[in-house]
Amino acid sequence: MSPLDDVPLWLALPVAGLVMLGSTLTLIGAWGFLRLDSFYDRLHAPTLASSWGTGGVILASALLASFQQGRPILHELMVGLGIMTTVPVTLMLLGRAALHRDRAEGKLPPAPDRDDGPGKDE
Amino acid sequence: MMTRLVPYPVQSGLLTILWMVMTRFSLGHLLLGGALALLAGWAMSSLHPERATPRNWRVVPRLIATLFGDIVRSNIRVARLILTEGRSDRRSAFLEVPLQLRSPTGLAVLAIILTATPGTAWIEYSHDRQSLVLHVFDGAETDHYLGVIRDVYEPMLQEIFE
Repeated sequence: MSPLDDVPLWLALPVAGLVMLGSTLTLIGAWGFLRLDSFYDRLHAPTLASSWGTGGVILASALLASFQQGRPILHELMVGLGIMTTVPVTLMLLGRAALHRDRAEGKLPPAPDRDDGPGKDE
Repeated sequence: MMTRLVPYPVQSGLLTILWMVMTRFSLGHLLLGGALALLAGWAMSSLHPERATPRNWRVVPRLIATLFGDIVRSNIRVARLILTEGRSDRRSAFLEVPLQLRSPTGLAVLAIILTATPGTAWIEYSHDRQSLVLHVFDGAETDHYLGVIRDVYEPMLQEIFE
């Protein structure tokens, strides 16, 4: 007998819906990551997974765990907070690195005037 | 003396609570989490001399609510654009956004907001020019994003941090 057997329908439906929402958005994000052509476009795809992709799954997990433990379980929200604050750091580093490379190679109409270079705008 | 011992009281308090949420609410974890939070505060004060405490907390719930709504909307929009990729005439674009916001903490929060919201990616900020280079997934939304940043997020962040 699985521990999920005594989950009532009124809870199972929203939990299943949230898991489906989160995993579908993550899948779409991954699909976009695979299919988009430009590096800068690909920066946008994973944000689907890191926003509601994560959000759906952690909310479902928090709902189910709170029901099974009989008290509010909020650990998942910390996961969400951690992802929300760390993903932008990675994406910004990647974006800036790409911009730096493209400007060095002259591929990009550069920023109106060039004051780039690490450290200068910190 | 007190500010040297506990340079970031709010942040250290929140870290302690976070520690106990992740583990268990008990005296032992309060002490352990508190000690770790103090250490983190010292580490932070040696990295970041500027104080980052919001001046105006009342705007924070409004900011969170607005952001929540925007994230939901842009999830839908970007998911649809990815699924119709190749059949739509979507073109991404670089935008230059002039900013009035000066506070480094405010700018950091704006960077998180823009990057966490699907459809916009913060690429570069220039102090000299006081402007931001943003990459938007859907170039047709350029005016929308410029307006949202200028009229919604920037004023709220200025109210909170300046």
